[in-house]
Amino acid sequence: MTPTADPRTTGHAPAGRPLVEVRDLTVEFDTADGTVRAVDRLSLTLDAGRALALVGESGSGKSTVAAALLGLHRGTGARVTGTVLVDGTDPAAAPPAVLRRLRGGLAAMVFQDPLSALDPYLAIGDQIAEVHRLHHPVSRRAARARAVEVLDRVGIPDAARRARSRPHEFSGGMRQRALLAMALACDPRVVVADEPTTALDVTVQAQILDLLHELRHETGTALLLVTHDVGVAAESADEVLVMRGGREVERGPVGRVLAAPAAPYTRRLLDAVPRLDGPVRPPAPPEGEPLLEAVGLRKEFGRGRSAVTAVTDASLTLRAGETLGLVGESGSGKTTLGRMLVRLLDPTGGELRYRGEEIGRLDERRLRPFRRELQLVFQDPASSLNPRRTIGDSIAEFVPRGTGGAGTRARVRDLLDRVGLDPDRLDAYPHEFSGGQRQRVGIARALAAEPRVIVCDEPVSALDVTTQAQVTALLCDLQAELGLGLVFIAHDLAVVRRVSDRVAVMRAGRIVEQGTVAEVYDTPADPYTRSLLAAVPALDPVLAAERRARRARHPELAGI
Amino acid sequence: MTRYLLRRLAGAALVLLALSVLVYALFYVVPGDPARLACGERCNPAQIAQVRARLGLEDGVLTQYLHFLQGVVAGRSHSTGTALVPCDAPCLGLSYQTGQQVTALILERLPATASLALGALVVWLLVGVGTGLLSALRRGGPTERILTVLTLAGTGTPVFVLGLLLLMAVCAHLQWLPFPTYVPLGEDPEQWAWNMLLPWLTLGLFESAKYARLTRSSVLETLADDHIRTFRAYGAAERTLVTRHALRGAVPPVVAVSAVDLGSMFGGAVLTESLFGIPGLGRTLIDGVRQVDLPVVVGVTLVMGAFVVLAGVLADLLHAAADRRVVLT
Amino acid sequence: MTAVTDAPAPVAGTPATGAARQVWRRLRTRPAALVSAAVLLLLIVLAAAAPLLAALTGQDPYAYHDELVDSARGGVPHGAFGGASADHWLGVEPGTGRDLFVRLLYGARISLLVAVGATALQILIGLVVGLAAGLGNRWVDGLLGRVTDVLVALPMLVLAVALTAVVPRDFPRPLLLILVIGLLGWAGTSRIVRAQTLVLKNLDHVSAARLAGSGRRRTARRELLPALAAPVLTYAAILVPTNIVVEASLSFLGVGVTPPTPSWGQMLSTAQTWFRADPAYVLLPAGSLFVTVLASTVLGDAVRTALDPREASRLRVGTAKETAR
Repeated sequence: MTPTADPRTTGHAPAGRPLVEVRDLTVEFDTADGTVRAVDRLSLTLDAGRALALVGESGSGKSTVAAALLGLHRGTGARVTGTVLVDGTDPAAAPPAVLRRLRGGLAAMVFQDPLSALDPYLAIGDQIAEVHRLHHPVSRRAARARAVEVLDRVGIPDAARRARSRPHEFSGGMRQRALLAMALACDPRVVVADEPTTALDVTVQAQILDLLHELRHETGTALLLVTHDVGVAAESADEVLVMRGGREVERGPVGRVLAAPAAPYTRRLLDAVPRLDGPVRPPAPPEGEPLLEAVGLRKEFGRGRSAVTAVTDASLTLRAGETLGLVGESGSGKTTLGRMLVRLLDPTGGELRYRGEEIGRLDERRLRPFRRELQLVFQDPASSLNPRRTIGDSIAEFVPRGTGGAGTRARVRDLLDRVGLDPDRLDAYPHEFSGGQRQRVGIARALAAEPRVIVCDEPVSALDVTTQAQVTALLCDLQAELGLGLVFIAHDLAVVRRVSDRVAVMRAGRIVEQGTVAEVYDTPADPYTRSLLAAVPALDPVLAAERRARRARHPELAGI
Repeated sequence: MTRYLLRRLAGAALVLLALSVLVYALFYVVPGDPARLACGERCNPAQIAQVRARLGLEDGVLTQYLHFLQGVVAGRSHSTGTALVPCDAPCLGLSYQTGQQVTALILERLPATASLALGALVVWLLVGVGTGLLSALRRGGPTERILTVLTLAGTGTPVFVLGLLLLMAVCAHLQWLPFPTYVPLGEDPEQWAWNMLLPWLTLGLFESAKYARLTRSSVLETLADDHIRTFRAYGAAERTLVTRHALRGAVPPVVAVSAVDLGSMFGGAVLTESLFGIPGLGRTLIDGVRQVDLPVVVGVTLVMGAFVVLAGVLADLLHAAADRRVVLT
Repeated sequence: MTAVTDAPAPVAGTPATGAARQVWRRLRTRPAALVSAAVLLLLIVLAAAAPLLAALTGQDPYAYHDELVDSARGGVPHGAFGGASADHWLGVEPGTGRDLFVRLLYGARISLLVAVGATALQILIGLVVGLAAGLGNRWVDGLLGRVTDVLVALPMLVLAVALTAVVPRDFPRPLLLILVIGLLGWAGTSRIVRAQTLVLKNLDHVSAARLAGSGRRRTARRELLPALAAPVLTYAAILVPTNIVVEASLSFLGVGVTPPTPSWGQMLSTAQTWFRADPAYVLLPAGSLFVTVLASTVLGDAVRTALDPREASRLRVGTAKETAR
């Protein structure tokens, strides 16, 4: 992990001064609910050729710091105090022309969502050429050539031709590569990457992080990486700065902070991160009668020539008291399968048996007796609750009828208490709760129906990592206590490992591998499962470097 | 693409068929007697009966309608009492009032309407889009405030009020222009242009308010998009952001809405044509309605409908061309 | 410019009770919206009190005053400003000498009555059709979609002219105008309702209602309708000024309310022959129409922006087809 020497250390920054210097940075916004202090007296330095990761959960102010480096707060009404110097330039005070030179020329930003970060109407090569010309006085033709060159460098195959494509014609990973190429085209001294891999699948994430690492060592650029994912930080940075509520919690070399965190918050954060080498559940309960059984389930959307097969030949069994993990990347069909299991979607083919009875083809009326027994916890707790109704009202709808008004209310209070919420808040509206609390409401609602099976569709992927840990723990407790059959759908292998008895891996609509946690994680049979496991970021920088080397030697593992 | 076009055109044909049924059904309950109107004041009952037979009004409405369809598809011939007049497809029948072929009448009136619509298009693309762009560029400043007020005022003015006010100001008060009387383009191009100037301005300025708002809101909406942030973060100047990136976002909606508007204007801008005495399709239709001239009304309505429907198809095609992300299905 | 922050954002998605208060809070800060609301309120009061005001000024909207017009000059009112005087505050009509103030007030009654009535009808039909199309199967959706297409392809103003010409003379004209405008103009509403329904019915909280075993009707009532209220009300706010213009246009073309009942469009139609001799006669109904349409547009815009700033610009495009020219 020794960075190569920066060939251009003789920049504008006086010798001995760091490339990026932030002292006592404070950023405040006025909102309808009063002033919010997003960043609170934060200081950091970044030397040429080094990589610093800003790690924090949502609301920690980490992206605000990144934006301040490029002076993106100018004109937004935000109050910025303190000193920011990027290679000797102050982005908050520089005259417009100097600021424009700094943006891209000194510090180039790589944004999170690569689809919306590119102009949908322009060819990707033209966009890169445009940005290049903003900083280099070259002809249009030369700029285009440079665009093709950098696209080729970031691994876009057939770059000369693909430079003419528009963003929507690229895959997510290729778009992120194109954004890196854009940064590269300006020859910046520091790359600021704001959650550059958050929207990507884990295998693609590994590729992008490897590329970032490679480029940095090749050009000697400094990197400021903003991420919520400690694993990503471990993979890419020399130093980490943990933020919370706009303040610094802890700062230090990545190996030291991750191995021996000093601050209690860092320790809690690290404990909450699910690991592939973390503890697993106690062995599965004795096998009982199958509760839910899918045989050769199939789902097609559309009809005729435009039909798309989302799930094909999916077979699985779920017993009472058991958790079945369902992992796969985006587009693998895991959500479609989950929704078929609770009959929110009608299977196109195959059989679905609940306690021995075929329910896959029942119409809505005959399905009604089974509805409450099969529940779903949704991914997005914001959209799964009606914003216009109190949470008590939403939950009460699921309480079996015949309980009576007062009885229902008592039951709702009971449920709120059970999922760790204050029972007195049953008359509050969803927007008054945090994301994690809303997901607890969603769980309480599912429980209200007194189900035997709950399918959890990415129940924690929208949540911060510490909240994730609490919600998964809650689900495990409830399941053990109530003897539920649980299907846990997620893209995160480590999370699934933590909660599941058995695991099914999905890819392109098929279940490619199924088995106990030990079987799938320790001795994966399918090459796809192996590449998924190889791509999960390790929390140990030494291990991360090893694995990166292994990925470089065996591109077939990452390239799938 | 070809499949898409064929499907859309088939759909358009169905819509037009439904429209013709509707218009026929509507006018079948007309209380006035077309034969009496066509015959004139001094007709005796025998003459009226003769006219009625000649116009084919003796037949049931269904027979009349089927004859009409036959005329559109394959052509037919009409009896004038003494001789049979051939009427080639697409035959929309003969006017009850003048005996003129409706197809010919429409072709005769179309140039006036078309020249009105195209002139107005130029005005609203220049004034409307220009105003919208300017107010997006100068957002937050006094220019934007003034433009916003002007645009709002434009939105609050019906087209005939705007026309009347322009007539009063430009022709009566300032006497910059003579009161417009329509001169066909083929007769005297210079006079044609001078006389069309006020109608163009009226219709064009009236539409400009809408296009200014459309342009401004599309530009501002695009300016709030993430990709603008990208180029800002790479050092692009604010003006470049608007003219190179955000304006592009306004092109698809402006083009699509323009196509739709142009389509419905080709069918006649009834109010503008009435106000300025332009013998276009709109005027023809209103006259047809007043005189219960069924063939004229049905013919013109169908042609108007056809323009609207085709403009819809065109708008979708243009929208897809301007915004490559749109998939035509 | 988007806020570059991951700091806690103001919450999105407010309950119905909070929505009204929130709309009011945002409206209060917009002077243009407040002035428009005041103008409209004044207009409604004046229109409602028209008979009272007529009695107060001692003028009858139908009474001819031949002595007030100059028959030698073709009937131009005596005196400046269209014959304005202590008796006739805004002057008299050229040719007939009828009192303009009172006639304008009675014209406002027609204008507002027809516009509001037609809007209500458009919203009602649009809501029913849009919901049926959005919730129904492919065939229902397809059929209703084609019907809507036909309606959009209809030159609305022209068909309205035709319909009003066809219906017997003794049918009450304002009711006829409401029916004609309402029955021909619901396509926009139904398209918006359908589009919203298609989005809403795939939202997780609507799916969740199915898991509770709720029937389709119950789901529509409890989950969909409340969510549709905001976009529909918003759209209604655009329809009112549009309908005012349509009514005035029909009257201008001579197929609106029958004379001698006063209407602004009709006055403007007559004014076409008078604008050189008596400009005041053009300016009064034109001004009334202008102020009414402008005020309701501004207020509608403000309400829309207050309800949902991003939805506003999209709806604006949707109304493009419905202007009368």
